[in-house]
Amino acid sequence: MIRPFFRTILFALTAAALSAGTTAQSAELTVSAAASLQNAFREIAVAWEREHPGDRVLLNFAASGTLLQQIIQGAPVDVFASADEETMDRATDKGQVDEATRRDFAGNTLVVIVPARTSAARIPGSLAALQASSVQRIAIGDPRSVPAGRYAQAALQAAPGANGYQALETKWIHAQSVRQVLDYVARGEVDAGFVYATDAALMKERVRIAFPVEASKPVRYPAAVLRHAPQPALAASFVEFLVAPQGQDILARFGFAPPGQ
Amino acid sequence: MESAWIALSLSLKVAGWATALNAVLGIGIAWALARWRFPGRELVDAILTLPMVLPPTVLGYYLLVLIGRNGPIGAFLQQHFGITLIFSFAGAVIAATIVALPLVLKSARAAFETIDPQFERAAKVLGLSPVAVFFRVTLPLARRGIVAGLLLAFARALGEFGATLMVAGSIPGRTQTLSIAVYEAVQAGQDATANLLVAVVSVTCILILLAVGRLTPTRQA
Repeated sequence: MIRPFFRTILFALTAAALSAGTTAQSAELTVSAAASLQNAFREIAVAWEREHPGDRVLLNFAASGTLLQQIIQGAPVDVFASADEETMDRATDKGQVDEATRRDFAGNTLVVIVPARTSAARIPGSLAALQASSVQRIAIGDPRSVPAGRYAQAALQAAPGANGYQALETKWIHAQSVRQVLDYVARGEVDAGFVYATDAALMKERVRIAFPVEASKPVRYPAAVLRHAPQPALAASFVEFLVAPQGQDILARFGFAPPGQ
Repeated sequence: MESAWIALSLSLKVAGWATALNAVLGIGIAWALARWRFPGRELVDAILTLPMVLPPTVLGYYLLVLIGRNGPIGAFLQQHFGITLIFSFAGAVIAATIVALPLVLKSARAAFETIDPQFERAAKVLGLSPVAVFFRVTLPLARRGIVAGLLLAFARALGEFGATLMVAGSIPGRTQTLSIAVYEAVQAGQDATANLLVAVVSVTCILILLAVGRLTPTRQA
């Protein structure tokens, strides 16, 4: 007969022991990648693991700005893949990046999407049309930490009839990553949102692209090995894998553009 | 700097509303659970306690699906009253209320159950109506437990993050509460803002816990 108190402790310890037993023994590569890379990077990780038997890739997805903060705070990350040059530049300024390993590996297009059920008359056709009263709420990644939000903000400021970002002040719903914007639009909780073309392609039944946004600067994804990477050699091979034909094929399949364009 | 006080006052407003709603809902349900015998009584208690143990994301998802624009409750309110709960102050209050409910419910039920029923019976025999018995005998006797529960609920509502973020989003001045402002400041690398915000919320919570400590019956034993 075990008393309830000890039974509880025994239960907790057993649970802890069981979970500890599943930890892998092989080398683990930690890759922090922009939220928009989720689906493509899952496949790339599998392909890379096939070439490196025994090694495992641990993927960590969030807004690029969030990932940057984790890295600055000392997270043991090997590879950082950001959705814009600016975030990678900031990581470099903070002395976090092994600059020689930095590669641009993909490009993308910013688009405005609407819920698929939106009637044709209510679909905005341009940035200026977002000011119409039929568009009540617009989801955008928080420009302070989400590159997609920053690209959108820059495009709005550059568009004719400037100060477009402030003009829409009351309509903004800030999201924590570009994928949250996608989710809000897909659920119909907002009337429009700024995401990448590759995100919109993942939910073709639930969202519709209203128009592509003319970016003031091209959407480009850089990746680099981090200076404090626990596995620098494996990390370098992962970054090279991204620009190699195998990596580029997978990225192209998910709709990413080659980095040069 | 100014945004910190906006976030604080918003948090206090949300927590205040949530506590007020819980004072009615929590005490009412706790009284029913303590005094009435009905089948499934413990099941009701368990379901209402769920928000305390469920991950906030699960709760946030339930709420998003239920009160979202396409959810059964959300669509109904939208069509008939033009009310949108998602991304609104009301949405933040609903999330905080549900998360904090178990704290009032549990302590109020325990407080009601420790009251000797003889007091209530005596009051009834002396001619008080059932409503008067509740407000003049039962409630005063259960006061300590209820107030402690309400204070804890206030603190929990003040700190609510996960479900609120999912349901109410993060709109400065409207739904961006203190805990969400902390999260955003840290993500954006604005440590100065984050420091100020966490100091404010920590001090507030310590004050509440001290108040709860003074009200907890075990102190006197």
